[in-house]
Amino acid sequence: MNKFYTILKYSFITLWTVFIVAPFLWAVSTSFKDFQSVNSKVTYIPWLDFEPTLEGWKVLIKSPARGGVDIVEPYFNSIFVTCTASLISIVLGTLAAYALSRFTFKAGFVRNNDITFFFISQRIMPPIVLSIPFFIFLSTIGLLDSLVGLVVVYIVLLMPIAVWIMVDFFNRVPKELDETALIDGCNPYQAFYKVVLPNSIPGLIVAGMFCIIFGWIDFFFAFILTFTEVQLLPVKVVALNSSITPWWSLSASALVSVAPLIIVAFVVERYLSKGNLSGALK
Amino acid sequence: MNFRHKFVFLFPGLFVLIGILIFPIIFTIRLSLSGWNSYTPEMNFIGITNYIRLFTDDPRFWESFFRLSFLSVSTVVLQYIIGFALALIVWREIKFKRFFRVIFLIPMMTTPVIMTVIWRTFFHESLGPLNDLLGRLGVEPILWLSDPVIAKFTVIIVEVWQWTPFMFLLLLAGLLSLPKEPFLAAAIDGASSFRKFVYVTFPLMAPISIGAIIIRLIEASKIMDTVFVLTSGGPGTATETSSFYIYIKGLREFQMGYAATLSFTYLVIMIISLTIIAKVLTKLMIKE
Repeated sequence: MNKFYTILKYSFITLWTVFIVAPFLWAVSTSFKDFQSVNSKVTYIPWLDFEPTLEGWKVLIKSPARGGVDIVEPYFNSIFVTCTASLISIVLGTLAAYALSRFTFKAGFVRNNDITFFFISQRIMPPIVLSIPFFIFLSTIGLLDSLVGLVVVYIVLLMPIAVWIMVDFFNRVPKELDETALIDGCNPYQAFYKVVLPNSIPGLIVAGMFCIIFGWIDFFFAFILTFTEVQLLPVKVVALNSSITPWWSLSASALVSVAPLIIVAFVVERYLSKGNLSGALK
Repeated sequence: MNFRHKFVFLFPGLFVLIGILIFPIIFTIRLSLSGWNSYTPEMNFIGITNYIRLFTDDPRFWESFFRLSFLSVSTVVLQYIIGFALALIVWREIKFKRFFRVIFLIPMMTTPVIMTVIWRTFFHESLGPLNDLLGRLGVEPILWLSDPVIAKFTVIIVEVWQWTPFMFLLLLAGLLSLPKEPFLAAAIDGASSFRKFVYVTFPLMAPISIGAIIIRLIEASKIMDTVFVLTSGGPGTATETSSFYIYIKGLREFQMGYAATLSFTYLVIMIISLTIIAKVLTKLMIKE
């Protein structure tokens, strides 16, 4: 019985691993193909099934004028928008989370939990509901198709995540910590900055990673709110997905776009194994 | 503590969020009462005409809503079962534990639209590897993207691939934070693994499970990117979800007023149904 269970367990996780890895392997293989090896029959292994070329990868850095795709600029745009919006969301979200975790608010029937829920509930909004008014809003103030406009919109996406993680985290940081600091003569801001923040680094890292993930993977707002001036990475890659799809450059650009965040998976796992995440993510 | 300080902490974030959101929300409500379309692109006032149209003369919206409910509930249930199983397996000591943990996390770090582009080539009916490999086993080519029924399952497969890791992460973090004593007690009593799971692990995990399911349901209800790239709502309207239908009405046909009506109605339904689901789940999973 026990042995049967062990075999079942290992076959399940092996199967699941294959399922997870399969699209990546396919993309790696496809990125080295040319027209012939994509369109004649299905091929898998370079040299054995087809002659690999670097065409798909070279196209990525060529300028569009010379038949390339040029994903370098969208790459930096994506990094800029994601990082700026994450940073702003973390700063504002952490302050608000601290207030919600430590002080009591009362305004009519509104209590702390209601304010926290208000923050988090912003995630319920489907992008499409917000994108039409945002489209008109941003075009009125002249920020359509600009990096600043996107950062503003992404703050709405990311701040709820920062608040959600940080409220839970601060609830776990003992209150005595700030009380001691206050008795020692700090004002509330010093207590927060000098005592509470340094003890919240794991929470901040987790919140930061989640903001970066959810900022980096967003497609819809970037798709609706930008056209030609500013392009983000996902929009650029999906634009390749036209009727005559060059599968090789598509695969290469997809791999390049998802690569940076795979490092995040390692960081998350490290925190998970050290037990730091458990408190931050409950 | 001093009264004033708490507002200094709370207000910057709160006001930035309200400041960014107040216009879109009021605007959506106002827009939903107008007949803004490509012929009359102006904010006129036509009362609740749009709402009457939605409730009496638009089966396509309700179909897309039920399709969305089916897709999001089935993906979240699958994600929960698989995610919980995976989390339970790598919770205990097994070989290559950390390797598997990293692998299981990877899909959620990847951009859904971009991976869906890859999936689209993967499911390609004549040039994709899946039908080719199945063909070598003697299976007839499956119409992954062009059969109205199978296309729904293709969407579910891609969604499960993409988001099971998130469920896995939340549940594993929960498992790792459980107190040790109940498990020791169960071990002393000589409980079997199965009984331990039913009477100790599962009840202890119930609050975390509910949280994870609700979070995933919220995210799954926005399902859009996958459908957009994989099938564009097709074949026909077979995989069209509410978001996608609103997108077509608003930004393809430019019936802005009507799209705002759809958006607002959809949002109200979502908030109500998620609240009900949260209440029901809490009743079901946490026994007094």
